Amino acid sequence: MEFKTFVFYFLAVIMVLAALRVITARNPVHAALFLVLTFFNAGGLWLLLHAEFLAVTLVMVYVGAVMVLFLFVVMMLDINLDRLREGFWSYLPVGALVGILMLVEMVMVLGGSYFGLEAMPAPAPVAADYSNTRELGRVLYTDYVYAFELASLVLLVAMVSAVALTLRKRKGLKSIPPSEQVAVRREGRVELVKMQSEKDD
Amino acid sequence: MLSLSHFLILGAILFAISVVGIFLNRKNLIVLLMAIELMLLSVNMNFVAFSHYLGDIAGQVFVFFILTVAAAESAIGLAILIVMFRNMRTIHVDDLDSLKG
Repeated sequence: MEFKTFVFYFLAVIMVLAALRVITARNPVHAALFLVLTFFNAGGLWLLLHAEFLAVTLVMVYVGAVMVLFLFVVMMLDINLDRLREGFWSYLPVGALVGILMLVEMVMVLGGSYFGLEAMPAPAPVAADYSNTRELGRVLYTDYVYAFELASLVLLVAMVSAVALTLRKRKGLKSIPPSEQVAVRREGRVELVKMQSEKDD
Repeated sequence: MLSLSHFLILGAILFAISVVGIFLNRKNLIVLLMAIELMLLSVNMNFVAFSHYLGDIAGQVFVFFILTVAAAESAIGLAILIVMFRNMRTIHVDDLDSLKG
């Protein structure tokens, strides 16, 4: 067996097992950690496919940011695990049936000769000074520049909406809004009262 | 020799696993979100594999955009989850019936 094939099967087997643990883990924290393992192996497989930039992005964005967000939320919520697990295995027969049917159908299409080495030969090895990141950046900033700007807008909207959703005004706080504090005038604080002076006899 | 079929079948296996995960964990919103992330990963795997074997870098650009949207989606999804837990003290799917007449 060629070394690349060995690496592929090694990463793929770990990835599938980790994905199976994600959906069957009892504790959501364990599920999130197995999802990290799955993404890590996917990054390794993308390195095999010469998508170096995306592999590193996957590890940094998913393992570094999204999964930490998941762990953060899972640990912050007080979840009743037993209630969430009730009826867990009762849906396994129909779920497994649907999953296996889908898998068999997809393998029948994908495993045939349509996508074999004869129909889709492996591409020629790239030159030593070929840079996947440079190629991706060149396409991203020329042909797909509008889509790129839209993606940044999507991220901005997501950021604003996540903050707006979870922000809450707490009642009964004694802190003063700084804007009102700055905008205060003399008339608002000092009141001059005209009154008759007292006569001393 | 590795062919395109290897990677496509791996993506198909991941997709089927995440579908089964949605069936099994239909009461747990957090694991449902994780299963959706797995689905997106399997789609990305197909994109990268096709991009490599067809020699077209556009597939990787699309993976880039899918990563962006997936990150935004999980951030908003988790924010909604937190707001829901704050209001109802539960993330059990069966308890979310306040729109039921």
